[in-house]
Amino acid sequence: MSSEGDLLHVVTNDNIPEGRKRFGRAIIWGTAGLTVLVAALQVMQATGQAEFGFVNWRPTLYAFCTWAVALCWGQVLIRGEHGKRTLFVLPAAIFVAALTVFPLLFGLLIAFSDWNLSSPTGRQFNGLDNIRQMWTDPFFWNALWNMVLYSAAILVEYAIAFGLALLLNAQIRARKFFRVAFLLPLMLSPVAVSWMIGKSMLEARYGPLSRLARFFGVENPSFFGSPEIARATIMVMDAWTYIPFMMIMILAGLQAIPKELNEAAKVDGANGWRNFWEVTFPLMLPVSITAILIRIIFKLKLADIVINVTSGGPGGATDTVTSFIFREYRERSNVGYGTLLAFVYLVIIVIAMTFLMKLADRWMRPRT
Amino acid sequence: MTATTQIFRDSEADRRHRAKWWTSRIAIYGVLILWTIICLFPIYWTITTSFKMAPNVMKGNMIPFVDYQPAWLGWRSLGLSPDTIWAESTVREEFMKRFMNSAVISVTSSALAVILGSLAAYGLSRFNYRFGYMRNSDISFFFLSQLILPPVVLALPFLVLYKELALLDTRVGLILLYTLTVLPIVIWIMRDQFGSIPTELEEAALVDGLSVWGAFATIILPIALPGMVAAFILSLVLTWNEYFFAALLTSTHANTLPVMVASQTGSQGISWWSMAALSFAAILPLIVIGVVLEKFIIKGMAAGAVK
Repeated sequence: MSSEGDLLHVVTNDNIPEGRKRFGRAIIWGTAGLTVLVAALQVMQATGQAEFGFVNWRPTLYAFCTWAVALCWGQVLIRGEHGKRTLFVLPAAIFVAALTVFPLLFGLLIAFSDWNLSSPTGRQFNGLDNIRQMWTDPFFWNALWNMVLYSAAILVEYAIAFGLALLLNAQIRARKFFRVAFLLPLMLSPVAVSWMIGKSMLEARYGPLSRLARFFGVENPSFFGSPEIARATIMVMDAWTYIPFMMIMILAGLQAIPKELNEAAKVDGANGWRNFWEVTFPLMLPVSITAILIRIIFKLKLADIVINVTSGGPGGATDTVTSFIFREYRERSNVGYGTLLAFVYLVIIVIAMTFLMKLADRWMRPRT
Repeated sequence: MTATTQIFRDSEADRRHRAKWWTSRIAIYGVLILWTIICLFPIYWTITTSFKMAPNVMKGNMIPFVDYQPAWLGWRSLGLSPDTIWAESTVREEFMKRFMNSAVISVTSSALAVILGSLAAYGLSRFNYRFGYMRNSDISFFFLSQLILPPVVLALPFLVLYKELALLDTRVGLILLYTLTVLPIVIWIMRDQFGSIPTELEEAALVDGLSVWGAFATIILPIALPGMVAAFILSLVLTWNEYFFAALLTSTHANTLPVMVASQTGSQGISWWSMAALSFAAILPLIVIGVVLEKFIIKGMAAGAVK
């Protein structure tokens, strides 16, 4: 969809007076200068060279906002009609850039320092100490390995979601009711889910699921006792919330398949099973891969359920990277180490996702 | 020979076919109903538990009026039962405050994301940009790549920055961050929407003398409105349920509902009934939205799945 070249060809007659252009440039550079000036003054105060009576860094923020507005306005002033087009994308671009690029750069600075927010000494650069600590931190590697396991569970989720989508796509009555019912888990807040299912229904003594397990002959059902079972329980709870998401994407794909294809296969003598594997499934491959990739992205952010139900226990068996860093910060308020872990995680994710997307690209090519 | 012989009847093969059809029906509906139970039982459990008392919980009673007599215990502890609703209640005030925080933050950030995201998606689907070396596909990638960014990476830098900017524990702070997190999703959905609208529409409008923005506002916006509603609702769901940032960046003033729910579990001996009441109150708005606006949610999630 990202086509180069204007789709809308508009010939405009822009006669912008020189004075207006000059004014436009003046406000952009003027506010930029103002921002730099205010920031410089604040840095001077922060480093203790001078005292201007700033309470916090808000003045810099306000100056930056003025600059952002001036930049947008200036586009129209300087470039006329073209500036107005830029105005569609520019606000979002400035917003995202300001809220990600700057914090990321700042985070890079924090990542290589020892910074305990509650201690009075403040930030201290400590070079590669954090990396060394990470290298010998078994809990972090354990959390990373857990993420691999959690991501692997997506295949099972995918299979269930595909099955449900096929059922919803079949000739059934009350389809809308089933669709709404299947969708509801996605709407619930993970915190409420972790309370409802994780704490209440899985309660070892009188939770309904424990009763069910006992009914089937399990002695002393405990869903968070052993590491493997605890991990599986978290996987199931997360799957419960997100299966609808994959299901709906797959359902949309199924509905887009022309009926004629399946009918043609039936005429050619394919039974249901072969029809699925040789017609439906290959046609669904692109949608499936998109759904799985998006699901992986969401899975990598998994934290709320773990934080609220097990807080990583038993012995870090259910920890995700996010929940581990969350606890690392909550317990020791060490910002530096946590940030470094997060950055390492980001690098790993970017590499892994690039690899997966390349792989997906190669898989999809020959078939479509 | 005998005139009464039945001429038309189901052949052996047909009857087998009929039987097979019935078994497949039963299997399909069986699985559908089983999964419906799996999806709805936790919600049912929450509602019923909020009307239980301690012994009911211990005994594991399930069906109100049959197993046990419903009581207002859970809702009374929230100050929302019939006998306490008119009285002063600090818990209810607390709850309402959190509820308002959640509502204001999620609605504002979703609206902001839909506005910013729709404009950007429209621009990217119609015009050719060059920001420095970045062209359209690069700009699109720049927006969508935010989706991969895990929240932890931003969390701690934001914590420190917000502390310096005095934005910690404020609604504005959370709104900014939430807008950022849902923006890529909105752009993804809206890009799809605008891409499916033919450019001839605007060309006609432009010939008739409208400006680019005028054509966008009067011609395109009404057509793309269902898509925008879908994006808005999806953002609303995500921001209403967000816990991680809210737990890190708020403490007393700007807490959202998930933070309140989570903070209750830590107290000594969980009172299940009041937790159930609180959880149910927290998820109720989204259940309503899910049931009423299901069409839009599905539309939003299906965007991008089918090209």
